[in-house]
Amino acid sequence: MNTVMLQHNKVTLALHEVRPGTGRPLLFLHGLGESAAMMSALAVDWDGPVWALDFTGHGDSSVPAGGGYSSEILMADADIALRHIGEATVVGRGLGAYIAFLIAGARPTLVRGAVLIDGPGLAGGAIHATSNSEITSGGDRTGTTPDPWALIELSRDARPPTYTTTFARLAVSGSGLADPIAVTCKVSPPWVEAIRAEPGVMIDITLQDALDIYAGV
Amino acid sequence: MTPETRSYPGAERPTRSYRHNADGVDLAVYEWGAESNPPLFLVHGGSDFAGTFDVFAPLIAAAGYRVIAWDHRGHGDSEHAPLYGWDADIRDALSVMSATTNKAAPVIAHSKGGALMMQLADSCPYRISAMVNIDGMPSKRRMPDVPDHDQSRLLADSIGSWLDFRHEAAASERKPGTLVDLAQRRGKMNPRLSVEWLEYLVTIGAQQDADGWRWKLDPTMRFGGFGPWRPEWASLRMAALTMPFLGLLGTFDEPMGWGARPRDVLPWIPSSGRLEVLEDIGHFIHIEEPERVSKLILEFLS
Repeated sequence: MNTVMLQHNKVTLALHEVRPGTGRPLLFLHGLGESAAMMSALAVDWDGPVWALDFTGHGDSSVPAGGGYSSEILMADADIALRHIGEATVVGRGLGAYIAFLIAGARPTLVRGAVLIDGPGLAGGAIHATSNSEITSGGDRTGTTPDPWALIELSRDARPPTYTTTFARLAVSGSGLADPIAVTCKVSPPWVEAIRAEPGVMIDITLQDALDIYAGV
Repeated sequence: MTPETRSYPGAERPTRSYRHNADGVDLAVYEWGAESNPPLFLVHGGSDFAGTFDVFAPLIAAAGYRVIAWDHRGHGDSEHAPLYGWDADIRDALSVMSATTNKAAPVIAHSKGGALMMQLADSCPYRISAMVNIDGMPSKRRMPDVPDHDQSRLLADSIGSWLDFRHEAAASERKPGTLVDLAQRRGKMNPRLSVEWLEYLVTIGAQQDADGWRWKLDPTMRFGGFGPWRPEWASLRMAALTMPFLGLLGTFDEPMGWGARPRDVLPWIPSSGRLEVLEDIGHFIHIEEPERVSKLILEFLS
């Protein structure tokens, strides 16, 4: 894989070209604790180039000291990648599905369809105020394993349905697509359940069927 | 170059200052009062720094406390971190507190610091013996005159602007100016505070470079923003607190305040606490009336 290193503030992001192609790019966003390399094994039929991003603290991207992760920062990671590859269709797995969904709402003219698939970190954290525990040490990182703070903080990241439905509506109103979001997930945590009911969100569809639709828009 | 200085009546720089490594993030910590005195923690608000306590902290220390405050990550003289987050700020606080004492201690926290400490008090009640929250009791924000579709547009603009900024964040820097320029800029956010105080703050919270003064606050941090966190969550945590609790609220809304009114906050005051409403005071209650507020707090703590 060819790899491009991109700067997101103090973090260096690794964006990998999984395979070249002609046409609109496809961007893979991995699950919590995964990497672009793991995501790259996903088999899809797509004519354009396929790219895969390592989120902050994962894979070949750099690891910031002291944590402070949020899904919004990872959404900005995805935006950095999109600026490099241009208008794209996005496939996200687990946590990456949530990020694909957010960036579809935040950059509706750049994201030509976001496909959400099951994977680690899909559910996220609370949807309301909860009893919290404060974790004071993330532990040590071994080799190139993901940043422990990423695993801790992004698995507790709040995803209230009122917040996520707003992003679904932004995607619909800003993209010009009839159905800018495709949910293929078998499981439906509250944020997924909430957006499944929104107009412009395809449900009961496979990954490849969704990609075939987005390839034609 | 010898930096310009300012003095301010009653302001005292800390008795001691040192660095603390909070899981890889280098924090600046400050203390007023004798090291042998019982510890008490002061927690500043968003976009502020510990030096904003230079008048208030000595008044508390004079009552026999070892007063400890720190610059939050990205603020004042603490390190500009790669990432910022609510839980990370709480974790940093816990790290500073644990380095000082493993016993419960009183906490006085302002604005965002108050909301942070309410979460810490809820999750680690064994750390906080008494809690004073100075206008850090957020309530649900309302935009009653803005239709839903306009709110969505405002949100879309806000997200787009933030994402655009992230592309340039690595190269961003604060705008330089004279000491007076910086004080005037801050005056727009702190309209009730005196020019003399604001100029004094510049000499603590800003640095003088060859081309002028710049606030030390990490330029990648932005005021306001968006996110999943809901202000009312802090209210739910406040109601759950069991330690003695004193909430202070001014009646004058300011740009850096939370816009909470007494009737928004009162239903959530814990049964162990009370709310004091100070008329004709803004968001920076302890800066506007340090003598009155410190007296009120010391009576509560006693």
